[in-house]
Amino acid sequence: MGKAELPLHAPGTKVDRGYIGESVPRPGLQRLLQGRGAFIDDLRFPRLAHVAFFRSPYAHALVKKLDFKAALRAPGVIAVLDGRAVAEYCTPWVAVLAHLKGIKSPPQHAIAIERACWQGEAVAAVVAESRSQAEDAVALIEAEWKELPVVVDMDDALAGRNVIHPDLGDNICFKREHDTGGVDDAFSSAVVVVEETFHFGRHTGVCLEGRAILADYNAGEHSLTVYHATQAPHMMQDIFSRHLNIPEANVRVITKDVGGSFGIKVHVYPDEMATAAISVMLRRPVKFVADRLESFLSDIHAREHKAKVRLACSKEGDILAFDLDDVTAIGPYSVYPRTSGIEGNQVVNLTGGPYKHQKYRAKMHVVFTNKNVTCQYRAVGHPIAVALTEGIVDIAAQKLGMDPAEFRRRNLIADDAYPYTFPSGIKFEKLSHHKTLDLLLQKMDYKALRAEQAELRKQKIYRGIGLASMIEVTNPSPAFYGVGGARISAQDGATLRLEPTGMLTVMCSVTEQGQGTEAIFAQIAASAVGVSLAKVKVITGDTGITPYGGGTWASRGAGIGGEAVLLAGRALRSNMLDVAAAMLKMDKAELDIAGNAVVHKLTTEKKLELAELGRVAYFRPDTLPLDFQSELTVTRHYTPRQYGFTFTNGIQASLLEVDPDSGFVKLLKHWCVEDSGTVINPMLVDEQLRGGVVQGIGAALFEECIYGPDGQLLNGSMADYLVPMAGEMPDIVCAHVETPTMQSQLGAKGVGEAGTAGAPGAIMNAINDALAPLGARVTRMPFTPERILKALKKVD
Amino acid sequence: MKAPSFAYAKAKSLAEAFELIERPGARILAGGQSLIPSLNMRLASPELLIDITGLKDLQGIDRRPGGLRIGALVTHAQLQRSDAVDQHAPLLLQAAAHIAHPAIRNRGTMGGSLALADPAAEYPACALALNATIVLVHRRGERRVPAAKFFKGLFETDIRPGEILAAAEFPKVERSVFLELARRHGDYAIVGLAGVADASGRRIAYLGVGATPVFAEQASRAVSLNAALELLGRDLQPQADLYNSSATKLHLAKVLLSRAWTTLSKPH
Amino acid sequence: MDHAVETTLTVNGTRITRRIAPRVHLVDFLRDELGLTGSHIGCEHGVCGACTVRVNGDIVRGCLMLAVQADGCTVETIEGLSDSKELAPLQQAFHEHNALQCGFCTPGMLMAAQDLVRSGTKPTRDEIRAHISGNYCRCTGYQAIVDAIEATINGKG
Repeated sequence: MGKAELPLHAPGTKVDRGYIGESVPRPGLQRLLQGRGAFIDDLRFPRLAHVAFFRSPYAHALVKKLDFKAALRAPGVIAVLDGRAVAEYCTPWVAVLAHLKGIKSPPQHAIAIERACWQGEAVAAVVAESRSQAEDAVALIEAEWKELPVVVDMDDALAGRNVIHPDLGDNICFKREHDTGGVDDAFSSAVVVVEETFHFGRHTGVCLEGRAILADYNAGEHSLTVYHATQAPHMMQDIFSRHLNIPEANVRVITKDVGGSFGIKVHVYPDEMATAAISVMLRRPVKFVADRLESFLSDIHAREHKAKVRLACSKEGDILAFDLDDVTAIGPYSVYPRTSGIEGNQVVNLTGGPYKHQKYRAKMHVVFTNKNVTCQYRAVGHPIAVALTEGIVDIAAQKLGMDPAEFRRRNLIADDAYPYTFPSGIKFEKLSHHKTLDLLLQKMDYKALRAEQAELRKQKIYRGIGLASMIEVTNPSPAFYGVGGARISAQDGATLRLEPTGMLTVMCSVTEQGQGTEAIFAQIAASAVGVSLAKVKVITGDTGITPYGGGTWASRGAGIGGEAVLLAGRALRSNMLDVAAAMLKMDKAELDIAGNAVVHKLTTEKKLELAELGRVAYFRPDTLPLDFQSELTVTRHYTPRQYGFTFTNGIQASLLEVDPDSGFVKLLKHWCVEDSGTVINPMLVDEQLRGGVVQGIGAALFEECIYGPDGQLLNGSMADYLVPMAGEMPDIVCAHVETPTMQSQLGAKGVGEAGTAGAPGAIMNAINDALAPLGARVTRMPFTPERILKALKKVD
Repeated sequence: MKAPSFAYAKAKSLAEAFELIERPGARILAGGQSLIPSLNMRLASPELLIDITGLKDLQGIDRRPGGLRIGALVTHAQLQRSDAVDQHAPLLLQAAAHIAHPAIRNRGTMGGSLALADPAAEYPACALALNATIVLVHRRGERRVPAAKFFKGLFETDIRPGEILAAAEFPKVERSVFLELARRHGDYAIVGLAGVADASGRRIAYLGVGATPVFAEQASRAVSLNAALELLGRDLQPQADLYNSSATKLHLAKVLLSRAWTTLSKPH
Repeated sequence: MDHAVETTLTVNGTRITRRIAPRVHLVDFLRDELGLTGSHIGCEHGVCGACTVRVNGDIVRGCLMLAVQADGCTVETIEGLSDSKELAPLQQAFHEHNALQCGFCTPGMLMAAQDLVRSGTKPTRDEIRAHISGNYCRCTGYQAIVDAIEATINGKG
């Protein structure tokens, strides 16, 4: 069979996979390695103005008066604007989705008018010739405030004594209940019932590059070009068009290098919308780069859940039912356009996900508070669902006296049970829980570690081993956002063009933020067409150039964008063979493309260099038959539709040591076995896993946005908000099971969430395993030394 | 965030520095590893920064009869490379390894750390444990202040208007131990212990437990570890920080004391 | 009042004289005045290490040094050490190990790593981790960076 004509995962056949499955280094990295990238703040524009924001020092207050007189007189100041001035150019938004029934949120403006609802919400903007001058003038703005009652705690929000948005009636943004029925019966008949409440700290993404936007309005053509560190250029094109009233075709969003995103850069931020509006207003390029201090106050936060979970189990150790009650606090607004109801919704969808019980009940509340907004950040909802599932599973195993690995083996959905509908209603195409479990236990030498653990305990060395099985949402279909009315593309497109020299240009709507998207597209394109990797150039992140698409989020780049590239590559190859057949006066079926040349399919004899094919097709088409037109630019699109999401699965393990004197945790090693379908580049997949694991470790051990009772963020700097650094991180062993999705030719599933989804649960279980002989348990992330000491009753 | 505007003068001599320091809103700039972040967060707004890093008088590490004199401008990295420090005041060497990261240790100075008097910093606690003498110079002469009297409050020292911290002098001790508990490598510690011992006894000082570095006087004099642990509660009344209560800090201080005790209690 | 001070320094081998406002830190000067945008700004409070540059042969935080303090100094940046090929072995190892994803921390990380390479020691993995513990990377999880540095120093790969 010729190159890649069958699905790459076609059973029972040998398919030439080309570069697919190879750990090739990412092309084009020297640019970043030499400091010659193009991040937004690296761009230079004539007449560029800089904007800085005057942000509310209060968590909830009326803006009685803003006095700009002194600020307007400051050197270099071009304009000082309040919310009303900016609202003339930018309409407000309301972040709700139809499929999240009953979700509500008030209108939100680019710059708050009359009232600030969290500390750090922008209430005025200063535009100046330099960032320093803009900040100087911000310091000269005089404001009169009237403080309003502050709602900080989620239980207070739920109780509703103070309602943040009186027009909405209460502080409940969204609630959902799910019940298979039979849960109470399952619990009353169960021999073992366990219950625990888990707390998940509020944390944030801390992309090393702050949010950044440079908007350049051209009054002569009523057009707006936005250089934007975003994950979703087409979504932002639509948003800028609709809210700034500029025809869609006149808005171009260009995303060059992005210094980390992780979900932080996929949302609509008021200060970024204000920057674009100010560019229109002032008819000149305007730049805003969030500095680190304002990043902590204005980048979306995430998590902050309190979840009570109960599990019912038979005496043999079969899980019978899960019962969940989750509350999450999201700040004063649902975030546009994806809403802040998704994370809680995911927790309901995913809790208990790896297991074969049939009874499930869940209750979930999303409440408003006067803290910074929260929204979708890497692994949305998964770290919560995995940790509370795996936490309660371990408690059940402990109560039964069963080994945690054996307990999982007994309860994980069987590998031959698919397709499978989980009690929350989600559908699994094909998962491999048992294969991943077996591989994990083998990789870590589980038995030996248990023996070593027992030996060390005799010496009062407390090591813990923690497991976390998981399922993950990837390759989302329109069921994620589109069905709810969000103008967010679930399809992606790729254009492939053969250049006259035989090189290949790939343009794809999925963007690159460092994951290696462009590298895998190059691998797929080169493999599908039959050229060497060095011949492929990939362009992403420009709505003026690439096909329309969703961008990068929810682990969709490889599975959706990659499939579009594969389809386009196969179509281009076919068209190239048409040209070759015409040139060579041969039957197309006799020809193939390999090694940058047209070859005879059976003999592999070289027939035609692609450079010659390109030369003739572009410059001497007069030599081709009169009725033949070459088509060497091809576009294809792909949307997953058979399943709402292409679920993946995996399992992680953590080995660590707890010092019961100090409460310090030392991470010794971490394992991650993942089934992400067809692996396109194992090295890049492993790096996605490792980076994700470390973000998950951050959640488990270090990261928490701490607020005071007045709604003030108390640790909003990189010195006080602790992110994982190299010194404390373990080496992470990765391994793979490959169960390709049959929905696509490529068979790839996503991998971006896996590490972050599973690590917190694995770490928690390992800590609790270490603490078990001391009779202690921790359930509140992050697990600081003090929280561990308190669990050990070493301190009050 | 960008620093607010200020003027800058690089002093060419101590005399010039003494003159400049009289100007309103003037502040000394040495390594700048604490001052510049505070400028970049607009937490400080000096009118004039006097850069003293060119002053030869404040540099160098000298062995003197009474001990080791370390110039205010000696960087953490220079200190780490010094054989003299290794031989005379190894406590400082042990402590320096805990200060931030290599790039910061290349600029941050001994004098800057002492003059800032951050209660969570390493050198102030070492100075206290080692009974160091802080040498302050003024255009009218020199003043020598024992470390125990130098640290007066939160970021507050005995440096008087017109004075510049020139050096610190450290007597030689036989045994020393420096321990701290920081959640991440190079972070300010939750609690740290600087302890020394010789024939005249034991001196244990703590960082991260109050407004100043604290000399654990009673615990230092204790005859046994158990007694010391008991007495430490009288020496220390730690203030809570963002992540740790007072009780946690005291507990951790005791953990460090237990770990340090053997080193500080070897038979002479 | 910008209180500008005439400052002369050598950047990547080129002698430069400029009048600089004292409040401008070194990395802003390099980026905004000289267009050397390879040194990045990640926090401006000395924690993240993205702005690490070399001054008189030692690595420093570019955000924790005023540009005027560099008067008379020799400053080397990622651009200069790339052109001189001094970083070529590390850059190749980083590339082969995929020791960068978004690349924002990479220039600072390379400057810190090269400091260790130049020290002539044979560090353990833990020592490598300690040496780069002041350089934040959100993407990689650090392991590939440690691998790349180890490969460069110890010839493993």
